[in-house]
Amino acid sequence: MARLETPEALESFRQEILSRRDPDSPCVSICAGAGCVASGADEVIAAFEKEIEAKGLSATVSTKGTGCPGFCEQGPVVVIYPEEICYLQVQAKDVPEIVAQTIKNKQVVELLCFKDPATGKRAVKESDIPFYRSQQRTVLCNNIKIDSKRIEDYLALGGYAALAKALGQMTDLEVLEEVKKSNIRGRGGAGFPAGRKWEGSRNAKEPIKYVIVNADEGDPGAFMDRALLEGNPHSILEGLILGGYAVGAHEGYFYVRQEYPLAVKNIHLAIQQAEHYGLLGENILGSGFDFKVIVHQGAGAFVCGESTALMTSLEGKAGEPRPKYVRSNVKGLWERPSVLNNVETWANIPLIIDKGADWFTSVGTDSSKGTKIFSLVGKITNTGLVEVPMGMTLREIIYDIGGGIPNNKKFKAVQTGGPSGGCIPEHLLDLQVGFDELTKAGSMMGSGGMIVMDEDTCMVDVARYFIAFLTDESCGKCVPCREGLRQMHRILTNITKGKGKQGDIELLEELAETAVEASLCALGKSAPNPFLSTLKYFREEYEAHINDKKCPALACKELINFYIDPDRCTGCGTCRKQCPADAINGDKNLIHIIDQDKCTRCGTCFEVCPPKFSSVVKLSGDPVPDPVPEEERTIRKKIKEKG
Amino acid sequence: MEIESAPAGAMPGIKLSSNANELLRSVDQIIEKHHGEASNLLQIMLDIQSENNWLSKQALARVSEKLSVPMTRIQHIATFYKAFSLVPKGRHKVHICVGTACHVRGATRILDTVEEATGIKPGETDLDLKFSLETVNCLGCCALGPVMEVDGKVHGKMSPVKASKALKTYE
Repeated sequence: MARLETPEALESFRQEILSRRDPDSPCVSICAGAGCVASGADEVIAAFEKEIEAKGLSATVSTKGTGCPGFCEQGPVVVIYPEEICYLQVQAKDVPEIVAQTIKNKQVVELLCFKDPATGKRAVKESDIPFYRSQQRTVLCNNIKIDSKRIEDYLALGGYAALAKALGQMTDLEVLEEVKKSNIRGRGGAGFPAGRKWEGSRNAKEPIKYVIVNADEGDPGAFMDRALLEGNPHSILEGLILGGYAVGAHEGYFYVRQEYPLAVKNIHLAIQQAEHYGLLGENILGSGFDFKVIVHQGAGAFVCGESTALMTSLEGKAGEPRPKYVRSNVKGLWERPSVLNNVETWANIPLIIDKGADWFTSVGTDSSKGTKIFSLVGKITNTGLVEVPMGMTLREIIYDIGGGIPNNKKFKAVQTGGPSGGCIPEHLLDLQVGFDELTKAGSMMGSGGMIVMDEDTCMVDVARYFIAFLTDESCGKCVPCREGLRQMHRILTNITKGKGKQGDIELLEELAETAVEASLCALGKSAPNPFLSTLKYFREEYEAHINDKKCPALACKELINFYIDPDRCTGCGTCRKQCPADAINGDKNLIHIIDQDKCTRCGTCFEVCPPKFSSVVKLSGDPVPDPVPEEERTIRKKIKEKG
Repeated sequence: MEIESAPAGAMPGIKLSSNANELLRSVDQIIEKHHGEASNLLQIMLDIQSENNWLSKQALARVSEKLSVPMTRIQHIATFYKAFSLVPKGRHKVHICVGTACHVRGATRILDTVEEATGIKPGETDLDLKFSLETVNCLGCCALGPVMEVDGKVHGKMSPVKASKALKTYE
């Protein structure tokens, strides 16, 4: 196929692709996203290809590895079209049965379908699974339908139609107006209206401008950008070209995290394919608009997610932020107007142009429009990526979609907004998710990480964890961030170790205030958030650590002890065999005793003790009872006495 | 941080000064691939790092000379970004994910176990160059946390016992 010279040529090429495809012919889609590959998706794909070949079905049944559909907890995920039968946790050994039953005989293999833990009912189709049912998937939905290495798959689903529409029927100003009208706010963190950012660049005097994709997803616990980059790279590319057209840029950049090798590969491939068809490069679709794209890998620095730092890094320097006297949309990369938006923001643009701003604004709250992808992780039953309309409550996301907290534990808090966000306690669970709503609660949207914590999570430790992360990632350029965070980390560490003292909380507050006021960039300004929000909602935990040397969540290693309840121990020896420190004394029919001096508090005994006995207990703040005297340690003797 | 050359003789599989010409040739090729532009400095350094496992003094000196970028700036970059190493790395690269999802699911205990099993701390390489240990902030496999990655292969749902067993399978 040669270059597509006009929007009409693109349309007829699309029709040609569709005509070659029979919507009723069976297709096996296997998620080849990072999570599923780690659970063995590659073997499953190979097994399907082999089995289909062996059964002589190659001519009629197709197999493809697709992007991440989001239900990572249950991977590898397999969807069989056209019936859309969804199988979860598929292993290579299940493949012959699926081929024989489902593909040949059109029968469902019940055992591999989703089973509702509450009702025991099986859900056959993807849309019947509660995890998917309450979501509104507009950006993520194509991931499972696309082999990200094939541009034809994207075109078949209407890809590049928005570009054809913009270049063929709209002026650049109209594209900008549509984006402004949609009121889309940046999905990367601060939520600045994208249209206004674009307009600033467009109106800047300097004629050479740039558009940039921020794909330096560094938030721990967030992987939505990764899923999009790996699963549907063309949608981001299309958004970027549209952005270039609207602001008058002829050069675009992908700044991709080096830790995501598959994303880097897929984007390079997408660019090549788009260039091949004339959707990128000179005179795109015969419109006279030229646009080229360059991929740049990051080198592992969280601060490079900050706009000015990212652009400095793009210039080949150390990625340190600069003061923003002039915004980077006016003076950014190489001191030229540069629009920087997050992956998810760019992926939304083709949808806005294709379906119109009114469609986009029909979803969401007053100030936050559209849908948002969250990565729902931590102590939650259904871990994965969820896409919901703005305005859905945290409770709906965590309980209806996420399936609540596993192991009958109690919900404690949900951390949103990445390291710069905050923790939201249980009484605020009915909060609607939106940029301003989350900020009001002392947290933020950030890029959309949502980490659920149960009663076993210590909030002081969580604050310490985030401050440690940010201390590590601070570029060190300004003092409040470099020195202030370091001090905060030192004090918080002391508190979790039981070395906290009176006045620590006040000192922390002072340091936090200084960092918020005086730091140069958003990293430092928002760094104290995890501490401030945990202090606001969980002050009693800080006080328990400092005053009573007690960790209420029984999580801080230095403040807990393990003890074997003599009444419950059956002398089975499981804990003794697995104890890495040889700290457990006991034998068959002898009550086991933990030598507190030898114990490293690793928690192995607590974990391996069979649940029906649960004889290992955690103590914090209370003295460990004396061990059972030697003469009372025999278990058989005790039973006899009782009898 | 001082940039050191590898001590000769003790580094199997690492390019040494005896292979200096080969090293310089590969550095030159990488620079050429990026059109010798100083703005691609980071990409050039990343490529050298991935080819040689570390950034040796000779390699960096060559980059400085070819791109006319002062050595101080190269050193600044080499120490600023996590991806770069100024010391040779081991045969197996162990990454322990300490992202929030893994953290709340017990990543610290996995890290403790691995530190004990290998005798090294994050950022270090053991003496016989078997393992290099690093922590990473998120591998994007949060559903499988806590996660340990060895040479790019993800080991999910780790426990201290499983982690030390997994390490024993590497030679």
